[in-house]
Amino acid sequence: MVDVIVFAVAGLIVLAGGLGVVLNSNPVRSALSLVASFFGVAVLFVLQEAHFLALVQIVVYAGAIVVLFLFVIMLLGVDEVEDLSIEPLSGQRIGGLLAGAALLVFLLGGLFLSGGDEGAVAVTGTESVTQPIDETQPNIDNLATDLFGRNVLAFEATALLLTIATVGAVVLVRNAGAEDLSVDEPGRADH
Amino acid sequence: MSLLALGEPYLSDGVDLGDVVLTVVKVVVAFVVLLVSVMLMVWFERKVISRLQNRIGPNVAGPFGLLQTLADGMKLFFKEDLIPERSDRFVFQLAPYLSVVPAFLTFILVPIAGDFSDGKDGSVSIAGRQFFLQVADVPVGILFFLAMSSIGVYGVMLAGWSSGSKYPLLGSVRASAQAISYEAALGLSLASVLLISGTLSTNEIVQVQAGEGFRGIIPNWNLITTGFVPFGIFLIAGTAELNRPPFDMVEAEQELVGGFHTEYSSIRFAMFYLAEFMNTVTMSAIIVTLFFGGPAGPNFGVLPGWLWGFVWFFLKLLVFLFTFVWFRATLPRLRYDQLMDLGWKLLIPLALGWLMILAGIRVAQSGGFGITDSTQVDTGIVLVVGLAIGVVAALLLSSAVRTSRQDRLHRHGLVEVAPVFELDGGAPAGEGHH
Repeated sequence: MVDVIVFAVAGLIVLAGGLGVVLNSNPVRSALSLVASFFGVAVLFVLQEAHFLALVQIVVYAGAIVVLFLFVIMLLGVDEVEDLSIEPLSGQRIGGLLAGAALLVFLLGGLFLSGGDEGAVAVTGTESVTQPIDETQPNIDNLATDLFGRNVLAFEATALLLTIATVGAVVLVRNAGAEDLSVDEPGRADH
Repeated sequence: MSLLALGEPYLSDGVDLGDVVLTVVKVVVAFVVLLVSVMLMVWFERKVISRLQNRIGPNVAGPFGLLQTLADGMKLFFKEDLIPERSDRFVFQLAPYLSVVPAFLTFILVPIAGDFSDGKDGSVSIAGRQFFLQVADVPVGILFFLAMSSIGVYGVMLAGWSSGSKYPLLGSVRASAQAISYEAALGLSLASVLLISGTLSTNEIVQVQAGEGFRGIIPNWNLITTGFVPFGIFLIAGTAELNRPPFDMVEAEQELVGGFHTEYSSIRFAMFYLAEFMNTVTMSAIIVTLFFGGPAGPNFGVLPGWLWGFVWFFLKLLVFLFTFVWFRATLPRLRYDQLMDLGWKLLIPLALGWLMILAGIRVAQSGGFGITDSTQVDTGIVLVVGLAIGVVAALLLSSAVRTSRQDRLHRHGLVEVAPVFELDGGAPAGEGHH
């Protein structure tokens, strides 16, 4: 019973946050809605006993990524209300509507049409897929074994990709011929 | 009941009315304790700074001026509440709450008392219910602290942005950059503690440290078992997270008026103030829990065991509260680029490297190819190795800085400048010239 109430409340927060991101014309408020929605998702994770995942969600997404979004928004000062009457890409709105409707149809179809046959993969609402893999171990151990054991190659490939992206960004913004702008320079004042 | 799978013994099987009452009582007690401690902390800070500056400090309201904070708080309550015309009203009103709530929530993790001697788990029993003397023993404990400290920056950021004026905005841009930079160092130094303790729960972290240390005299605190370096990093990064001097770029009275809270007045300003001091108390408490064994300490009888825990906790806490005040009274504020250099170029690499060393020693120990058989002796070796690495790193760093400075000076056609002050107190040397 408690689970259902918590799920309903957290689900509402997630949905309201998601709508807020799309519907707010002010980018800072959109970012705040995104944070609210992350918190809702974190509560849903806790409900599935994925405590570690819930807090990583908050630390990484709410605590770092959205803070960086806000940092950029504040630094660039794009806090004016955008003019929404002009479509940036022609046909984008129609396309978005169609894609959203198609996704809804597929999801609802999956919900209602599945589970006809015995043994078929069906949406039943039970927690079969979210049970801890090993009841005796805390899920942080399971996560570590999975990430650094079975999937270590994917993990390292991701790390390499991120390194390449970082190096690329540094190379792109670095202007080799520019004057050295260090302020920590003795004897520079009377230069 | 998945939601209630918390570490607390009394919540393990079902919940009745008594458990709910107990939890509510714990929350209320923690809230009152935190508020009172903030009141005393403000008084303590003003008094200590006064003494360090050769003044007397508050001495009129109540005995020793103890009620000065109360008087100031009342004054703030009755002041006019201003909302700037160009502000974003909703966010402007929301921001102070976003500061206070995470500041309070972090405190629930701290075990403030309990008997941890002779392998006890620090729980007490009242009316057949066994519970810890902390609001909640969250299963992922210390990660919750990281989450809350990263959420806490929203209050400061949004306050500055929503004020609709330039100095608060500058303050909040600094706040976000600073929080992101030092969050990483904080988390990495924390990882060393978690590696040694092998648990995320604050209660268990204290239990591990309550054990007998080297030769039965030196306590088994994480300060020693992690080899001092993570503690140093944690203290520096923690001070930066608190936005306290010497890292108070966010407020920087001389350049930014009041920083993020320039436009705030009355009760909303008081809430930022409250959050700042709550954070200071909580950060000291977390440092004590992580590195100094929390309430663990010898039990000399007379008092009940859990009360000894509180005595030890309080004494250790006092040391760190004083340290933070001491920092504020003696250290000049860093320049912004120095702040970023310290965070990214020194603290993060150091924390990462130290974590690797500790992990290596752990693996060596469990694989049977450790330096010695004893963890305690290995810990000693960790210390020596760490010291050696520290010295080498410092030498390398200073030599690199010197080389790059000479190189730059050479490129600009300048000559090396003599040190500004001679060691024997001689007159300042001349400035650089062509």
